[in-house]
Amino acid sequence: MTSTAVSRPAGLPRPIRLTAVRDENPRTRTFVFDAALDAAPGQFAMLWLPGLDEKPFSLLDVDPVTFTIAAVGPFTRALHRLAVGDVVWCRGPLGTPFTLRGRDHVLVGGGYGVAPLLLLARRALAAGHRVRSVIGARTAADVLLAEATAAAGATVAVTTDDGSAGTRGRVTDVVGPWLADDPPATLYACGPHPMLAALQAQAARAGIPAQLSWEAYMRCGIGICGSCEHEGMLLCADGPVLCHG
Amino acid sequence: MPTAAVDLTVELCGVRLSNPFVLASGILGTHASLMHRAALNGAGAITAKSCGPAPRGGHVNPSCVAFGHGLLNAIGLANPGAVDEVALLVATKALLAPLRIPLIASIFADDVEGFARVATTVAAAAPDLLEVNISCPNVASEFGEPFAASADAAAAVTAAVRAAVDMPVIIKLAPNVADLARIAQAVVAAGADAICAINTMPGLLIDAESGRPVLANRTGGLSGAALKPIALYAVDVIARAVSVPIIGTGGIETALDAVEMLSAGATAVGIGSAVYGAGPAVFGTIAADLGRWLDARGLTLTDVRGRAQQRTAWPEAATPAPVPHAAAEGVTR
Repeated sequence: MTSTAVSRPAGLPRPIRLTAVRDENPRTRTFVFDAALDAAPGQFAMLWLPGLDEKPFSLLDVDPVTFTIAAVGPFTRALHRLAVGDVVWCRGPLGTPFTLRGRDHVLVGGGYGVAPLLLLARRALAAGHRVRSVIGARTAADVLLAEATAAAGATVAVTTDDGSAGTRGRVTDVVGPWLADDPPATLYACGPHPMLAALQAQAARAGIPAQLSWEAYMRCGIGICGSCEHEGMLLCADGPVLCHG
Repeated sequence: MPTAAVDLTVELCGVRLSNPFVLASGILGTHASLMHRAALNGAGAITAKSCGPAPRGGHVNPSCVAFGHGLLNAIGLANPGAVDEVALLVATKALLAPLRIPLIASIFADDVEGFARVATTVAAAAPDLLEVNISCPNVASEFGEPFAASADAAAAVTAAVRAAVDMPVIIKLAPNVADLARIAQAVVAAGADAICAINTMPGLLIDAESGRPVLANRTGGLSGAALKPIALYAVDVIARAVSVPIIGTGGIETALDAVEMLSAGATAVGIGSAVYGAGPAVFGTIAADLGRWLDARGLTLTDVRGRAQQRTAWPEAATPAPVPHAAAEGVTR
């Protein structure tokens, strides 16, 4: 018998059930759900807690659907209070993915921006490509997914603002020499806008194409309301991953 | 860009549009860069998102979803307020002027005096036309019943705005009213230069699993494909009631939809939810397709406009004798 109970238009939120939760760092948890999405690294989904809010999150994995989320506000704190077996509503996948170009990649994640890059790293490594990752954070306690990225087979460099882990400084301090001395085919990054702007300039100077995932406040998530405008682009539909160069 | 030989230009209250397709209010109208993009993609005119007396953050998410037959949204009139809107309109006009694409400002308020004040404020940006949104269905809890629901209230707002500004005034009407023809006549009598019809239709989506409304605002405004027959109906009613130009808006996604809307009596055609799916490129595509459609039939926009109003009989229909259906079809029971 064909079930119609789970058939619903892709544009509507659908309930997904939490099957596992693990701590990544003092503020950040990874949530695994009992669902799969036909999505690619860099795409995102809207998570809805009925009665509270709906917000966009990058996918850490697509099968099973997995998100890594920091508790930074009322909505994400409510997510952190969920237990295995609880249900949230998921609308997506939405937005543009990263697209692997060439066979030699530099991935740069700042803060919580590391999340969508782990799946990209795994896909590239599975295809036999070379992956170098830079993971930037404020302090050692904020470093995210560095061990998982290294375990996947990438070369990982960590930077922290205070030097409590890895190199003291910014991700650009590591990326600059890499681009100059051993340039990759493509640079991929996700993180705060100032970091992305700096990387965009670095990549342009080095003549290396960059795929950058820009964060924004999102409402419709489907390219009409204009809330997520960034330099004439709709980050929910034209992005979040924009190709530069 | 349309390349067909057919002339797609239309005149709306003395303002020239290079084609009938108008970016509808509330879509991409939040930033000069996005309105510029719709213009570069071939829109005939651009409507900014409605602005009101004061800044509004709008409603909590979910505020817009695609349910398979259209969209349901309750953005909640998020806007920077009329004072800051002026800068946005000035910046947008500077980008549109070299393209010769007119800019339509859009305003709302919670009382008649407020409409006049906001109109006066945004007039400083010298938009080519002014749309008066008296029909947003998503703020009833704060603003009460839309002005568009009452002929007297709609006329009062129209008269106040008409007296406050010099540019042509477009009144945006709602479909879910008791006597649309009388409301259209009232706003025209009060000085409306054009009518935009229609705003979204109130709607509700419920998530079966949680039993809750999907939108945080509970209800929303229905747009997209599901709205088209209602929009065609409303434009038909208005076109028979008044003679001012109509911007027919609601569920128009293809050139055939547009031909239907023009046939109902619209002079221009609003495009909104079609940007979902087709992206801003929808403007160039639909204008080019309309040009080809008209060209292939040797028709002009004038030929098409309002032709559904004509009630001519089939030429050979010479009062045939009534025949029972079953007998006519040769069906035996």
